[in-house]
Amino acid sequence: MDADAPFLRFWAAFRENRIALVALAVIVAIALLAVLAPLIAPQDPYDLGRLVLSDARRPPGHVGSGGYVHWLGTDAQGRDLFSAILYGLRISVLIGVAAGIVAFVIGATMGATAAFAGGRSEMLIMRFVDLQLSLPAILLALVLAAVLGQGRLQMIAALVAAQYAYFARTAHGAAATERAKDYVEAALSTPLPARTVLFRHILPNCLPPLIVVATVQVANAIALEATLSFLGVGLPVTEPSLGMLIANGFQYLLSGRYWISIYPGVALIILIVAINLVGDQVRDQLNPRLKR
Amino acid sequence: MSAPLLAVRDLATHFFARNAVLKAVDGVSFTLDAGEILGLVGESGSGKSVTGYSLLGLIDPPGRIVAGSVKLQGRELVGLPTAELRALRGRRLAMVFQDPMTTLNPVLTIAAQIRLAIAAHERVSARAGRARAAEVLTRVGIPDAARRLDAYPHQFSGGMRQRVAIAVALLNRPDVIIADEPTTALDVSIQAQILTEMKALVSELGTALIWISHDLAVVSALASRILVMYAGRIVEQGPTASVLRAPRHPYTSGLLDSLPARAEPGAMLRQIPGLPPTLAALPPGCAFQPRCPRADSLCGMAPQVTLTGVRGWRCHHPLDGGPP
Amino acid sequence: MLGFLIQRFLQAIVVLVVIAALVFLGVFAIGNPIDVLISPDATQQIRLDTIARYGLDQPLWQQYLAFLGRLAQGDLGRSFVFNMPVLDLVLSRLPATLELTLAAVAGATLLGVPLGMFAGYRPHSKVAKLLMGLSILGFSVPTFWIGLVLILVFAVSLGWLPAGGRGETVTVLGVEWSFLTLDGLKHLLLPAVNLSLFKLAMMMRLARAGTREIVLTDTVKFARASGQSEWTILRHHVLPLISIPIVTVFGLEFGSTLAFAVVTETIFSWPGLGKLIIESIQSLDRPVMVAYLMLVACLFIVINFLIDLAYAALDPRIRARR
Repeated sequence: MDADAPFLRFWAAFRENRIALVALAVIVAIALLAVLAPLIAPQDPYDLGRLVLSDARRPPGHVGSGGYVHWLGTDAQGRDLFSAILYGLRISVLIGVAAGIVAFVIGATMGATAAFAGGRSEMLIMRFVDLQLSLPAILLALVLAAVLGQGRLQMIAALVAAQYAYFARTAHGAAATERAKDYVEAALSTPLPARTVLFRHILPNCLPPLIVVATVQVANAIALEATLSFLGVGLPVTEPSLGMLIANGFQYLLSGRYWISIYPGVALIILIVAINLVGDQVRDQLNPRLKR
Repeated sequence: MSAPLLAVRDLATHFFARNAVLKAVDGVSFTLDAGEILGLVGESGSGKSVTGYSLLGLIDPPGRIVAGSVKLQGRELVGLPTAELRALRGRRLAMVFQDPMTTLNPVLTIAAQIRLAIAAHERVSARAGRARAAEVLTRVGIPDAARRLDAYPHQFSGGMRQRVAIAVALLNRPDVIIADEPTTALDVSIQAQILTEMKALVSELGTALIWISHDLAVVSALASRILVMYAGRIVEQGPTASVLRAPRHPYTSGLLDSLPARAEPGAMLRQIPGLPPTLAALPPGCAFQPRCPRADSLCGMAPQVTLTGVRGWRCHHPLDGGPP
Repeated sequence: MLGFLIQRFLQAIVVLVVIAALVFLGVFAIGNPIDVLISPDATQQIRLDTIARYGLDQPLWQQYLAFLGRLAQGDLGRSFVFNMPVLDLVLSRLPATLELTLAAVAGATLLGVPLGMFAGYRPHSKVAKLLMGLSILGFSVPTFWIGLVLILVFAVSLGWLPAGGRGETVTVLGVEWSFLTLDGLKHLLLPAVNLSLFKLAMMMRLARAGTREIVLTDTVKFARASGQSEWTILRHHVLPLISIPIVTVFGLEFGSTLAFAVVTETIFSWPGLGKLIIESIQSLDRPVMVAYLMLVACLFIVINFLIDLAYAALDPRIRARR
């Protein structure tokens, strides 16, 4: 019960911001839609054999050869856009969260280790992190995605490489502050192994800023994946993500078939805006400078 | 007797927090004569600084002057349009703040800051502005002022910085300067210097001074009259010598007892028991009641002001003043 | 000052060597350029000749040293695709990208800082809340999608502005510029707006946060107490104080804007570096990728140096430490 208390207090404060609450509900809804996509979607957009070309580029509301209404229209291959968007969200969420978690673990471990070790290894690690941070993430991801080739794992690897440094910098800052505090000195003077002190004592206290970075970076990862797929260096064509749907619709945009690009974009934006709104509220709540 | 320079009546400044109203200043009345030095004493949170800010209309939201009147030579300042109030600030009423590290803008030269203050009230050429700046800086005792005009605040010591702030306040020879603990952030030796200089300057220019401080010792060395504030109200007032010799309010008496100069060498300093009140949860009646050795059931009702000649207090059980 | 310059120059060289190593590893060591260089039906002899000509048969570290040696002489190799010196190719595309990036960053700053200052000055006003809501949108909406919407609205539906290209250009100092002709400006407007929205949101938030903090400080109270108007205070006290973090972000973001130009240039067919790098990635034209990355690294170093100088100009406290 005691362990729950900080969380409950956090939740009570969070609930006061209506907008953030709605955003959180949207995220949960999208996550559910993404998980349940195969059950909800009228069509499996990845099953190329079942796509009917005569259904291609139909406007929203069209009743296709499958006998059901394409509420959001169809794309150039005759995919039902609603189904394609659901599956696209699935990929976006999966890749965004996976990249976020891996980058979190790698970055936080690196940053905390550097702060804990101190001396030359700290300098070396953090110099490298700083150098990487000075390069734009999109450039790194772009080159890596191009070099590694297409595929989900490759995409996650590219995103992690582009993003772990933010976690490392944050964890280092927080851990260095924490390391200097008396209770860490006290814990270190006991026969506890240093590793235990690092993972049991220092890291948990670095969590708040890391959580804030994590929400921002998951949103960024999703946007970045969409951007790379749009540029044609992301996921394979057979499994269109939202970015690729938008890219494929681009050529039809100029002839007035807006829905192929616009609806996947709207879905993408709702997801990212919702994550950023929640992230904003979390940041405000965890920021000691704004506490009243 | 002529009308006072500044007359404050029933001034109330409240801060509106999410679900509470903090009555930082709650019915303060006093007068100030031309050229007079008035000491305003109280613990932090007593409302003394907010009183000072209220006089200039410098209360930021969520705070607001909710009632009362501030008259400068008969002219009402409360409710005055911002533009008219702004024209008075710095010209008729000026203010010096506590920490010279934070009041001066760190990225502007001294000359630039003084010029902005001059330009607030008159058009001046760059050259004339510099000459004025050098002149006021010399007046507040900054040696070689003309050469240091292009220096930045960080190149000055704390005492020098406070002198610059005082120079800005004196720029237009205002009628009143409100000094909000201007020496608290300084070294003790500098404190004494500034104190003496300030006293000489205001008497030379005929400027009245309201000196806000938590330090009764500092105020008693400077002011001819003292106001003691507690929890947003003035609890005692009178000529300095009289208040010091024969305090009537138990709080004033407690403050005096806790002064090191009054203690027996080697003996423990006496202190007022308890903590300063939190404005969000004031006791009903007399706010000092929970810490007061003389409190009884009567103190559950707010005491009225008792006025005898130049002395006044707000207490049901005043100390025996002895011969006035 | 001279010591500072020399120190910075040496630092820059170290950084460039490290970046060169990373770029080299990233671009050369992974994948096989031979497949791109030679058609699959070439003879074995041609294949071996080509490998030898590009030094691809050497051990990795020798390739790296040779790469560094050529780099030091300013030789970045020839493009596999365009068959011309990479440096010339990249430099010929640079002005278009710089023009676009500068327009975007300058626009974002000139618009974002005043709006952000207003939002920080009146944080509880409706306009401030609207601005902050829009800034979240600006942060969240992917650049490429906004680009599409801009084209859809202003080029396709309204027909006010062209959807792509640089338009008419004027040659000044041997370089073509779009912003000097009306037609060029029209072509520049949409891509610049597209590229600037994210930065605009960022500048607004930054200016708001800074202003919000500073208007509560004693510096502002003291200025008010001396009778200075709110306008004077914002213009002469708050702006100089918030300009320090803004310049930092301006510099840092200039680099990332340069990178994001990749997206905008692709959408608006803007013939700059970004389009070139995307094409070279798709055709695995490695020398171009390397040259682009090294050029961006150099630009970063120059920008960081300029930021440091701007810092010193803005903040006397930093000047004093040198």
